[in-house]
Amino acid sequence: MIFGIELEVLWFVLVAVLFAGYFLLEGFDFGIGMLLPILGKDERRRSAIITTIGPVWDGNEVWLIVAGGAMFAAFPEWYATMFSGLYLGLFGIILALIFRAVALEWRSKVNTDRWRRWCDAGIIAGSVATPLIWGIAISSMLAGLPLDSEQRLSSGAGTLVHFVHPYSLLGGVAFTLVFLLHGLAFLRLKTTGTLREEAARLTPIVGGLAAVAGAAFVLWTQIAHGKDWTWAVAALALVGVLGGIAALAGHRDGIAFTATSIATLAVTALIFGSMYPNLMPSSVDPAFSLTIHNGASSEYTLTILTWTAAVITPLVILYQGWTYWVFSKRISADPVALGAPASTEGSPEKA
Amino acid sequence: MDLVDISRWQFGITTVYHFIFVPLTIGLAPIVAFMQTMWVVTDNPRWYRATRFFGTVFLVNFAMGVVTGIVQEFQFGMNWSEFSRTVGDVFGGPLALEGLAAFFLESTFLGLWIFGWTRLPRWLHLTCIWIVAVAVNLSAYFIIVANSFMQHPVGAEWNPETGRAELVDFGALLTNNTALAAFPHAVAGSFLTAGTFVLGVACWSMVREARRAAQAGEGSHDARTSAHRPALLVGIVTVVIASFGLFFTGDTQAKLMFQQQPMKMASAESLCHTETDPMFSVLTVGTHNNCDSVMHLIEVPFVLPFLAEGKFSGVTLEGVQDLQAKSQEMYGPGNYAPNLFVTYWSFRAMIGLMAFSFLLAVVAWWFTRKGRIPTGRRGTWLSTLALVSLPMPFLANSAGWIFTEMGRQPWVVHPNPESRGDPRTEQIRLLVDMGVSDHATWTVWTTLIGFTLVYGALFVVWFWLIRKTVLAGPPTSDGPADDGGGYGSPADADSGASDSAEAPVSFTSSGTSAADDRKDEGR
Ligand code: HDD
Ligand code: HEM
Ligand code: HEM
Repeated sequence: MIFGIELEVLWFVLVAVLFAGYFLLEGFDFGIGMLLPILGKDERRRSAIITTIGPVWDGNEVWLIVAGGAMFAAFPEWYATMFSGLYLGLFGIILALIFRAVALEWRSKVNTDRWRRWCDAGIIAGSVATPLIWGIAISSMLAGLPLDSEQRLSSGAGTLVHFVHPYSLLGGVAFTLVFLLHGLAFLRLKTTGTLREEAARLTPIVGGLAAVAGAAFVLWTQIAHGKDWTWAVAALALVGVLGGIAALAGHRDGIAFTATSIATLAVTALIFGSMYPNLMPSSVDPAFSLTIHNGASSEYTLTILTWTAAVITPLVILYQGWTYWVFSKRISADPVALGAPASTEGSPEKA
Repeated sequence: MDLVDISRWQFGITTVYHFIFVPLTIGLAPIVAFMQTMWVVTDNPRWYRATRFFGTVFLVNFAMGVVTGIVQEFQFGMNWSEFSRTVGDVFGGPLALEGLAAFFLESTFLGLWIFGWTRLPRWLHLTCIWIVAVAVNLSAYFIIVANSFMQHPVGAEWNPETGRAELVDFGALLTNNTALAAFPHAVAGSFLTAGTFVLGVACWSMVREARRAAQAGEGSHDARTSAHRPALLVGIVTVVIASFGLFFTGDTQAKLMFQQQPMKMASAESLCHTETDPMFSVLTVGTHNNCDSVMHLIEVPFVLPFLAEGKFSGVTLEGVQDLQAKSQEMYGPGNYAPNLFVTYWSFRAMIGLMAFSFLLAVVAWWFTRKGRIPTGRRGTWLSTLALVSLPMPFLANSAGWIFTEMGRQPWVVHPNPESRGDPRTEQIRLLVDMGVSDHATWTVWTTLIGFTLVYGALFVVWFWLIRKTVLAGPPTSDGPADDGGGYGSPADADSGASDSAEAPVSFTSSGTSAADDRKDEGR
């Protein structure tokens, strides 16, 4: 207990916060990657699109690594059961992240079209596959997996049915499409000129798809697994998605990005809120479920973790926020002669 | 192969692979930061070119460390879930801290460094690379703290109710004497790697460019050669310091290991029977795994007693067979000896391969003294030695870890000898076959083959990119204002394929044109 808060609860919330940060930040990285084939008609556009996330994507990805580390440290049983039980899914996520990361880092290192096409393929594939698999994995955990009496989960082929069902597939599609929308809002916020205008034309189609899939997933989650209080975050998620679309249509980029950010945060809150106090509910017998009580580390470990996190996390948020401020200029794919000076004027704050 | 073997192969392959790139990152980050500092202080464009040149290599390499690191973070849960359950309460802490305290810093400030050449004031931009340099070393510390708990568990007690080791003293975990010895040794190994790289590349490039210039009938002091000269100096100094550092820290580690894991050190010597003042063997033949088949061909006295206790004689060291009998008594029937062949030879490879770097440093210093650049026969000698030496510290690092990790077998968590008889800590130990996740073998085969193929392909690309960067040589520009903020890689500028009118907004440019950035310079 610290300040009367049970540490297991606190760390459940903190892991949720880390995942929320990951989805919020990498969410638009994935969206940008998915927009690459759609909006990147020529090299000028493609490199401008990638430049919007160039300086920040690696820092964004570390949120996942720290979330994994925090699960290991605070809930070793959760880390062990989830990572071994979702073995092949995580293998897929890792491969997707590998291809995306090397493609992003190495794209500028060779100046040929063929090379860049390979890198673009890596970025696109990684940006689609990762949210798709995360969506499937997380919604099947919420739906319940066959954990045995020792809270262990077998990883064999026989368990595949527990991951492939309408709800989990909807989860995968919804994650992917909502991130696409989130990425679109980010792109609008970060660019100027032709690219920004062309992005605007995508609003109806991307917005429509994200709204349908997102709303279906949010409502299904709330009705099947939610609690009374999660109605509030579910509603917030819907408002976020719809508000984001409306703001995009009205060319209010700053508001649109804020709205889609709220949507990703609210969906994460909905998922973790519905899960609580379980970490992984068992579909065999509720008594076999992995919970924050039977999965947590000792009180001493949690106390140490709490103090270190309390000191370091605010610093991380500060310097990462500063990075976004340093690179807050809008990016243009237009030829230099055409109004580049004007194009660098607009800062996101003004948008 | 059974599940344990496949899982071990996978862990071994992926971890050794991660540690091909990591040492270069750990050592090169401070070296690049130092070069940039020299540029900022002296305003001499040579240092700028050297910074950009090795900075590009650093970035290509860093990407590999990142992607292979993600695998590391996840695979304790994926393949060693029983291990994770048993020691996660202790082991997870340093891992989480590594991410929170080091990886965030590293990735964020590296992004600022890559894209900030003209965005940030010079001193602030310089600070970014120093933060990266400190953070990569910090991450090495935390991961070694985790690893050292497996070598020598401290700071934890056994909880019979939960059946796991639980942290009771975080300070003790962080100051584990095993970690305090291993960390400087691993950092010194990294500096040897990066120092050899910088030195080797500088030597080879200088000889090449001097020859070209001689053929063209020009003086050899063009802009590029001038960037290699300071790199050469940095390389020589780094290699020499790192070599001595490795020697002393390695010696400290050996003394600890004789106490903490006598079986590992006995195996490292193929010392079958307990002996007083045994000889250190340099060359042996035999299968090693059959103790008495080993014939010691070349032996040196005094070395072993010195390694073990700092004395030249009067030291009795226990042999593998006696240690095996003792272990059986304490832990029940089983084989408690690691693979003798691997431990014996990896220990020698680690130490022996250091000779290349040291030799290169001495030869390079002699051949290039007082501004000389050898071109004739000596030039050939120097560049051949440089090329041959480049991979050696990488191999030495892998050998060192293979020795450390395989010498710990059959334990994943080696029992701490000081805990013998203490009911609170005695139980903290784990055999490798108790730590593995219970998968169907085909699933682990799938990932083992998958990772190996992907890693193999990436290695080829990584090698090709580094080679390309080195061949392209340093940029000829005088500063960020001169090369449009120095975005992208110098290799780009030299490949000459692009028509500048059609040139894309560079990947790294913040979208404003190069001309714009030049205007920004003054900020
Ligand atoms: C360039 C690489 C390199 C070189 C030249 C050396 N080492 Fe090393 N050594 C390592 C790189 C390394 C390493 C890969 O970094 C290890 C693995 C674990 C560790 O902490 O460092 C290691 C481990 C390691 C261990 C095992 C510790 C354990 O099991 O925990 C010992 C006893 C030594 N070293 C001793 C030496 C000695 C006496 C050296 C000769 C002067 C030496 N090393 C040179
Ligand atoms: C510092 C962090 C590290 C940790 C926590 C760690 C942990 C482990 C674990 C859990 C295993 C599997 C169990 C076993 O086979 O004993 C293992 C095996 C292994 N590790 Fe490490 N390791 C670390 C660093 C490294 C590095 C950097 C290398 C090499 C460059 C390495 C080389 C190996 C090898 C070769 C094996 C296989 C040994 C065998 O199966 O006999 N390890 N390590
Ligand atoms: C087996 C345990 C290990 C784990 C779980 C692990 C985890 C990771 C992860 C997740 C990353 C990527 C960070 C990013 O995205 O920025 C990474 C990179 C890194 N790791 Fe490891 N690692 C292990 C072994 C080691 C060892 C033994 C060392 C050093 C002695 C080391 C040093 C580094 C460094 C310096 C980096 C950053 C530089 C780079 O990316 O090249 N790691 N590691």
